[in-house]
Amino acid sequence: MSQAASAHPAVEPAETPLTPESWGKLGMWIFLAGDAVGFGTLLAAYGGMRATSADWPSPYDVLGINLTAVMTFLLICSSVTMVKALEWLGRGDRAKCRLFLFLTALGGAIFVSLQAYEWTHLINAGLHIGRNPWGASLFGASFFIITGFHGLHVSGGVIYLLSMLRYVTNRPQPEASYNAVEIAGLYWHFVDLVWIMVFTFMYLL
Amino acid sequence: MATTEHKHPNYMAIFWYLAVLTVVEIAVIFMPVGKLTIGVLLCALAVTKAGLVAMYFMHLRFETRTLGLIAVTPLAIATLLVFVILPDGFAVAKRTEGVKAEASAPAKH
Repeated sequence: MSQAASAHPAVEPAETPLTPESWGKLGMWIFLAGDAVGFGTLLAAYGGMRATSADWPSPYDVLGINLTAVMTFLLICSSVTMVKALEWLGRGDRAKCRLFLFLTALGGAIFVSLQAYEWTHLINAGLHIGRNPWGASLFGASFFIITGFHGLHVSGGVIYLLSMLRYVTNRPQPEASYNAVEIAGLYWHFVDLVWIMVFTFMYLL
Repeated sequence: MATTEHKHPNYMAIFWYLAVLTVVEIAVIFMPVGKLTIGVLLCALAVTKAGLVAMYFMHLRFETRTLGLIAVTPLAIATLLVFVILPDGFAVAKRTEGVKAEASAPAKH
């Protein structure tokens, strides 16, 4: 805390030129940029392995896209409920904000459940980390690592959103939790954005 | 106060764009065109969708340009990385192909 801020409690600490609303927002953006490098590296490596492999199985035939198309739609819907939560909080309606935060977390929880169902189905069909009946063994390894890394992000996001639910509940002034909910929203939309990439490169292409 | 001056784009319109683009993506893989064309189309559609999410849901459109630069840096790094990995991958593929061909060739004695 700077001297100026402690001398005048009403004065905010020096603001960041990038995100005037809060330092936390800049922090989340920088974290997300780092996280995006992680996902970008995984997907680039996937592309490299697939392009240079002679017996890469066809993802469309092995994985199928019916269930994942539903999962994609679900995640897009949960992004919409997230922006609605923030919109209602901005209008001062905490009850509606909490409802939409809950719906967002619910969407994420259903997404992870569907992913668990999909994994079980594929493992029973013979897809393993080290081997599979269709071709290159790296197919299974890359599939489980990339979708698993994303699934962990969704699981973490559900916990994050539920903690935001508590955060909003504990603060009677809607303005007091606006920045925190917006920052949580950034994380959630990022998880949606990454899934758009994963769905395209691992299922459709 | 941030809460009052923050612009809210039409979120439902963005939702419909995303839903329609997803349907288009699925339609593209059944199109009777070359694999390369499908690949390019899918990449373009994915980047468009990701762009919509970042610009409107994550409000990047209403942020400073420097924050946008921070956001696109990982995309540039990942794209470059593909081209860094590929030559090495092709070299390994070529080498192992030769070994495989040798191993599967009938022994001449």
